[in-house]
Amino acid sequence: MIALALVGHSADLLAALRAMVAQVAPAVPVTVAGGSAAGALGTSSPAIEAALRAALAASAGAGVVVLFDLGSAAMALEMALEALPVTARERVRASRGPLVEGAVAAAVEAAAGGSLEAVLAAADAERDATKLPPDWLAGAPR
Amino acid sequence: MTEEPLLVRWLRLAAARVAAERERLTALDAAIGDGDHGINLDRGFAELLHRLEVGTLPDAPSPATLEAAGRAIMATVGGSSGALYGRGLQRAGAALAAGDGDAGAPAIVPRSRADRALIAFDAAVEAIAALGRATTGEKTMLDALVPARDAFRRAVDSGGDLAAATAAAAAAAAAGAEATIPLLATRGRASYLGERSIGHLDPGAASSAILLRALADVAAG
Repeated sequence: MIALALVGHSADLLAALRAMVAQVAPAVPVTVAGGSAAGALGTSSPAIEAALRAALAASAGAGVVVLFDLGSAAMALEMALEALPVTARERVRASRGPLVEGAVAAAVEAAAGGSLEAVLAAADAERDATKLPPDWLAGAPR
Repeated sequence: MTEEPLLVRWLRLAAARVAAERERLTALDAAIGDGDHGINLDRGFAELLHRLEVGTLPDAPSPATLEAAGRAIMATVGGSSGALYGRGLQRAGAALAAGDGDAGAPAIVPRSRADRALIAFDAAVEAIAALGRATTGEKTMLDALVPARDAFRRAVDSGGDLAAATAAAAAAAAAGAEATIPLLATRGRASYLGERSIGHLDPGAASSAILLRALADVAAG
């Protein structure tokens, strides 16, 4: 089963998101890497690398889709990916989708046995998803 | 008493300067970032000095020092700056280790300190530009680093020694950092501010100028 890795600037935020994901898809392996090495807000490439390795192992090599919060995490993710062996790196995909919505959508697809590409697509699709009902005009219900 | 290698003296002075300017860097970052640049860099350099003390960071040869310094920065500074400075230092070390790089052929003529420093500095700047996927004019550290590298190269090409080249680079970096004030940020956390980023000096450019000033000061002896 495809695993998820949640990457971001806050350990608390990611722990809470992991709990939300566990509610909708308890069988999907989810690892987290949030906060700096010093435990403050920020990112840590070594922590991300560890989360990726753990997720890969939990997926039994099937693959990992990464969801992250802000663009600056992408750089730390890039460093972490470079530290992985090529064969492992090839089984990791980073989603351009939003962190929360993407994680939930990806987890649902992964729980249904989706492939690496399908789980990634589910997460990516959340970027353009309409989450306000159509009758909310200018942010307010009609 | 043997004097420490220039590279180590630079790292020590850089650490001291970063610590001294920690509040200013943090204030710059509070204006257009997430307010932790000074704190993060200070912590990273403190860790770097600690590793020097306990011997886990080699003080020689230069390639090894640079690569280990890059790893230390990357691991402890965190965020974009940690990744960028860390990658820059690592690639600088790799470039020096590779010699002149063309199919691994050794240099026919022994390189001067200035030539070697240019190889390292150029590799660092290119690595930072590549990782950050940025160029000049986007209100980043490159706005200090690229003019500094260009000034360094011009000095070396016209026969300048290490002291002259690093002095030229430091001056260009300071001017480059000042020149970020009117720029609109399109990269990093500052880009979220859009037009509100205008009128503020980029913290990454400021810290680059600090690092290069420290290098010039140790090279001046």
